[in-house]
Amino acid sequence: MKLLKLIPDNTNIRFLRWRVPFYAVSLLLMAASLTLVFTKGLNLGVDFVGGQSIRVAFAEQTAPVAQVREEIDALGYGEPIIQQVGEPNQITIRMKLPNESEAGLADRMVRDMRATLDRHHPGVEIGSARAVSGKVSDELFRSGMIALALAMLGISIYIWVRFEWQFGIGALFALAHDVTLTLGMFALTGMEFDLNIVAAILTLIGYSLNDTIVIYDRIRENLKKYRKMPLPELLDLSVNETLSRTVVTSSSVLITLLALLLLGPDVIFGFTAAITLGIFVGTYSSIYMSAPILIWCGVTQDSFVPTESRADTQDRRARGEV
Amino acid sequence: MLDFPLWKRLWLWAVTLVFALASVPSLLSLAGVHWPASLPSPMVNLGLDLAGGSHIMLEADPRQVAAQRLETMEESVRAALRSAEPRIRIGDMSTAGGRLTFMVEDPSRVDAARGLIEPMTTGAGLTGQRDWTIEVVDGNRFILSQTRAGLELAVDNAMDSATEVVRKRIDALGTREPTIIREGDERIVVDVPGLKDPQALKDLLGKTAELEFKLVDQTALQSDIEQGIVPPGSEIVPGATGSDYAGSQIAVRRLNGIRGDSLTNAQQTFNPQTNEPVVTIQFDPQGGAKFARLTSENVGKPFAIILDGEVISAPNINEPIIGGTAQISGNFTVETANQLAIALRSGALPVDLTVVEESSISAELGADSIAKGTVAMLVGLGALMVFMLVTYGRFGFYTNAALILNLLMILGTLALLGPMAALTLPGIAGLVLTVGAAVDANVLINERIREERAKGRRVVQAVEQGYKESSSAIFDANITNVIAAVIMFMFGTGPVRGFAVVLMIGIVTSVFTAVTLTRMWVAGWLRRKRPTDIVL
Repeated sequence: MKLLKLIPDNTNIRFLRWRVPFYAVSLLLMAASLTLVFTKGLNLGVDFVGGQSIRVAFAEQTAPVAQVREEIDALGYGEPIIQQVGEPNQITIRMKLPNESEAGLADRMVRDMRATLDRHHPGVEIGSARAVSGKVSDELFRSGMIALALAMLGISIYIWVRFEWQFGIGALFALAHDVTLTLGMFALTGMEFDLNIVAAILTLIGYSLNDTIVIYDRIRENLKKYRKMPLPELLDLSVNETLSRTVVTSSSVLITLLALLLLGPDVIFGFTAAITLGIFVGTYSSIYMSAPILIWCGVTQDSFVPTESRADTQDRRARGEV
Repeated sequence: MLDFPLWKRLWLWAVTLVFALASVPSLLSLAGVHWPASLPSPMVNLGLDLAGGSHIMLEADPRQVAAQRLETMEESVRAALRSAEPRIRIGDMSTAGGRLTFMVEDPSRVDAARGLIEPMTTGAGLTGQRDWTIEVVDGNRFILSQTRAGLELAVDNAMDSATEVVRKRIDALGTREPTIIREGDERIVVDVPGLKDPQALKDLLGKTAELEFKLVDQTALQSDIEQGIVPPGSEIVPGATGSDYAGSQIAVRRLNGIRGDSLTNAQQTFNPQTNEPVVTIQFDPQGGAKFARLTSENVGKPFAIILDGEVISAPNINEPIIGGTAQISGNFTVETANQLAIALRSGALPVDLTVVEESSISAELGADSIAKGTVAMLVGLGALMVFMLVTYGRFGFYTNAALILNLLMILGTLALLGPMAALTLPGIAGLVLTVGAAVDANVLINERIREERAKGRRVVQAVEQGYKESSSAIFDANITNVIAAVIMFMFGTGPVRGFAVVLMIGIVTSVFTAVTLTRMWVAGWLRRKRPTDIVL
């Protein structure tokens, strides 16, 4: 039986030769993402700005969007954001809280929404409703951001402890890259950014790091093995040796994510989209962001000498490398 | 490395089977098959976003508790000094700025006053801290301020009893299996599965149901009331919307009223004369006696029935009410009267509660999510298994077997954890994702075996080396995922927590199935067949 090999044996792509232009492009993309996030801003969901969000299915074939908009405008809470979701007769209606609001406003909004829809559209089905007060949304936003920062920091510290400080910096930078680009994509597309997306980003932080760790692990091994090899060459070797694994694993995750994206519940579309995007960005960053940084931070063959065990030494002697 | 004695194999299979089989009842119920009740049936608990239901977070305002304590203290101080022998006269009493201040008219009685007040200010807590501090300035001016510890204790007590009242009210509604949890210092979280529209529930919980009977101050001039001026000892209470007094202001005597906390029962009934829905209340013996005294001393005068700070009616006292039973009317419908009766029966909330967060999901939308999630999962799993098979052949087969067992073990663990871990919609995504990522360990191992074979190692050494050399990368990669999942669990709410739980369980089970189980299978195969070459 002939097995599928996505990456032929002995592939030797000189990734690191292009490290400077790739880094320049990545830094530019990061800067562009940050600019977008701070100028255009993220389309924050009710989790983070407060307000109400309601999902309804109408008895008619298509949702009477214009009529609904008028009815809701008449409530005087401001402009609603209406989006079609799933079937043509289903929409979500979101209303954000004004900047200054008293405690029960979000709750009153959702109550009035229910009443209005029930009154004007007999047979309307309310699929889900969510109301978040300003105080709670502030807390959710803060804890979401703290969680992101803690996860990035915690993982980088772990890498530092397990490897060397240069690797910790590399991991942190790769993570910052992935998170920034994902945020940039959300700012660009205007997709709703809510609690689930923060969870998605935390997840892709974990998975993007998988790739980085596998490559770092191989770099560490090769640093011990090939004492004389120039660093760029050694990094290239390590990336190439693990390339098949990188491609197979990323494809595996993408296969399941695509199934979820195309067939899964639309309620978590944004969530799945964020992770899917993150898998691409994360795979790229573990090759082009986390590896070259080791050169610039001055990793040398001596970085791991004290950690070489006797078994490793014997192993090396047995292979005839002294 | 490849040595698996019999006891070890039995032990590994036992663990696998226990966890994998625990998922069977849940899977069968998903497929619509009835599981006999006589058998043990651990079930995966579904989160509200899948099962449908309402989640409500209520919040209290601690400032309200402080204001109430101040008022109680004022009444106690007045009563204590009035009943002193001889009476201690005080004046210029004020509760401005959250402190109680007053002057003792005769400076020689300051110490006596202090002796009377001091016992009322020691804390009820075990710490021996004071609830209030007493200061005497200018010789005879008392300043009583609440200590932080005292207020915190009061808020804590108020929230405990508020939680109890919320529980009673929800039970009275007859909803099934609600979860009511106090969260943090001033919040209560209510989860009610199956409840689609929580409006009625929110209305009921939003009602403080503090019932008061106070005498109307007839000396107050209507023109003064409109300007907010009332005689000393009186206060202005607005009329309740929907009542006959809507829009008007009524002056009532502030003290010596009766509180509704001395009720033993409240029922929705009808007024025999007008056939209008009313609420009949029954006082306990002390409350009844107090009510009898108030009504017999004030025959012919109006008294106000105040609910949550609004006058719902202000009838004249035609005759003393001595039976301990009274009727409250206030333009009720049967429904609102019934709601008020429930609220009064379960007692007043010691603090107002505001709904600060609500999430409700219909069972239909939840079921739709489960159906679509299951389809996505099966398709993704199928495609992945084909991919593994064509990429790794026999080793891909082992990977796939590990994958299925992994999935069953995650569900089984969720079922065994029961109410401690609910499966949520992001949790289903976590399940799909775990499936995709669980193969990573096998990919690492299989790729390594390939490499070792390419270097010319013999089959057994290559496999042994493959498992050994990839273990550090597998370990580190999983630890970073654990870090992310733990942080998500710590900072997340409901659905996100469900996701984190699935990730954490999945990390453990996937290392077990992808590393340990496949190694056992590969070892068994190598021992039986002793192949000299492997297709990989």
